[in-house]
Amino acid sequence: MPTTAPAAPAPDASAASASGLADVTASDSTLRRFLHGLPGVDAVGLEARAASLGTRSIKTTAKAYALDLAISMVDLTTLEGADTPGKVRALGAKAVHPDPTDRATPSAAAVCVYPDMVPFAKEAVAGSDVKVASVATAFPAGRASMAVKLADVREAVAAGADEVDMVIDRGAFLSGNYLKVHDEITAVKETCGTSARLKVIFETGELSTYDNIRRASWLGMLAGADFIKTSTGKVAVNATPANTLLMLEAVRDFRAQTGVQIGVKPAGGIRTAKDAIKFLVLVNETAGADWLDNHWFRFGASSLLNDLLMQRQKLATGRYSGPDYVTVD
Amino acid sequence: MSDARLSVLKTYKLYVGGKFPRSESGRVYEVTDSKGTWLANAPLSSRKDARDAVVAARKAFGAWSGATAYNRGQILYRIAEMLEGRRDQYVREVAEAEGLSKAKAAQQVDAAIDRWVWYAGWTDKIAQVVGGANPVAGPYFNLSSPEPTGVVAVLAPQKSSFLGLVSVVAPVIATGNTAVVVAGERVPLPALSLGEVLATSDLPGGVVNILSGRTAEIAAPLAAHQDVNAIDLAGADEALAKELEIAAADNLKRVLRPQPVDDWSATPGTERMTAFLETKTVWHPTGALGASGSSY
Repeated sequence: MPTTAPAAPAPDASAASASGLADVTASDSTLRRFLHGLPGVDAVGLEARAASLGTRSIKTTAKAYALDLAISMVDLTTLEGADTPGKVRALGAKAVHPDPTDRATPSAAAVCVYPDMVPFAKEAVAGSDVKVASVATAFPAGRASMAVKLADVREAVAAGADEVDMVIDRGAFLSGNYLKVHDEITAVKETCGTSARLKVIFETGELSTYDNIRRASWLGMLAGADFIKTSTGKVAVNATPANTLLMLEAVRDFRAQTGVQIGVKPAGGIRTAKDAIKFLVLVNETAGADWLDNHWFRFGASSLLNDLLMQRQKLATGRYSGPDYVTVD
Repeated sequence: MSDARLSVLKTYKLYVGGKFPRSESGRVYEVTDSKGTWLANAPLSSRKDARDAVVAARKAFGAWSGATAYNRGQILYRIAEMLEGRRDQYVREVAEAEGLSKAKAAQQVDAAIDRWVWYAGWTDKIAQVVGGANPVAGPYFNLSSPEPTGVVAVLAPQKSSFLGLVSVVAPVIATGNTAVVVAGERVPLPALSLGEVLATSDLPGGVVNILSGRTAEIAAPLAAHQDVNAIDLAGADEALAKELEIAAADNLKRVLRPQPVDDWSATPGTERMTAFLETKTVWHPTGALGASGSSY
């Protein structure tokens, strides 16, 4: 399946079968046996590691590099009931030129909108490298029939979305119906076809345990996700360093086993440049430098970009910037 | 058992965003009385403490400037009430800091408390004095009203540790601004103690933020800060004031130059309030005019 992946081959069935994972998804019981056979997560150790990696001091040139990298990884998101075409256009313009006063600022990775806003977003980012991502499958709850979910995806892809962010059926996952979740992801992946990359949202805040997050990660990767994403940003607990670290470990292990590289996208709750840099440290120390690229790592955020820009201005001018010098959104 | 008690020494801390943090840098410096005897260690704030204080002040600005003038007056009066209850502590701190006798220090503290009351009264009167309805030739109201400038950095006077401090902080917040205060470098203790009073006076956290340390070190990033709207240079010497004014000019900050003050106890007038007010003028139609040419 051709993608624009620079480093690793796209996920396909042959890679999974070569590594002996093909029969894992053959039936509900084999899938459950595999997911429950994954090693349990040491919660204390995980949180301690995430916290200790968050204490790295990133200064001067390294900070400048990290800020630019983080800006280039932002999926600039607006997912409100009150979204208007005008707001989406403004967001698109901002994604292309985040800081109009400094054209050396890199573009954001993508704008992330609801499916009906995709045409406006497409138009706004036309002629740039900025992608358009669309949430789909009855985002954010995912409580709709399969036919509705697939129609949602079809509409987004037809409107030209480069990326589709789907939510898994948490109800099915938590009740142990793993094969249903797997088949839904596979069906959505099929509907995306070759034109759109698929991000699978687990809503980690609703999965209760780290063990569940690890299982969901593997389930998503086995089903053909191009990206695994923490959350919708619509619940109380969103991306945390610990659950992102856990997902980074999963993609690292998955590549080691199958040779297939999967992206990671923490979303929601990342508001400051300092937080973003902590996540970049996690990426580098866990998955490795191969993931330090906006093809493989994204931040789902809206207000984060403003803070990154203010920090960038501070670094360039030596004086603290303020919210008067970035957009209001 | 002897009567001698182990002394309980006070840890002076910053007051930022309604909380009492230590300096981000972890540094402290020794504060001595006028004769050089050690009094306490005060936090030696860094530019990052200044940055955090500005963030807190900005966050508090909306609610504080939007509060009714009457409500602000009540809160300022409450501060005076709270100070009155801790009068003895301030008399001691001021006497030690400035080398004054108990009686002289008590005079200073009383004057400072009275000053809070004085400014508390001004909160809902300043608009009538410096604003008003302007006469225009047309069926319009034309109204000018004073609006707070925003976040104001205040360099407190270096000598008058308490009366001088109150005289520069109270007018800034009375009109709805929020303040980042840099306490006098050698006399920070009364200022840091003021934070404890403000925290228990219904004053929303972040309206006043108090930093101690080297004035020049903290003032430089504040003067250059893009999100600080004005700076009061009362505590800066001539060379520093000039340097800060240049830094402040880059983003068109309002600057109140240091003025020689011999006696902080003199009635201050409204200058310190109007220095951090901006006049907003609006037109408003009076509605249809009747046959008499007046809508009233």
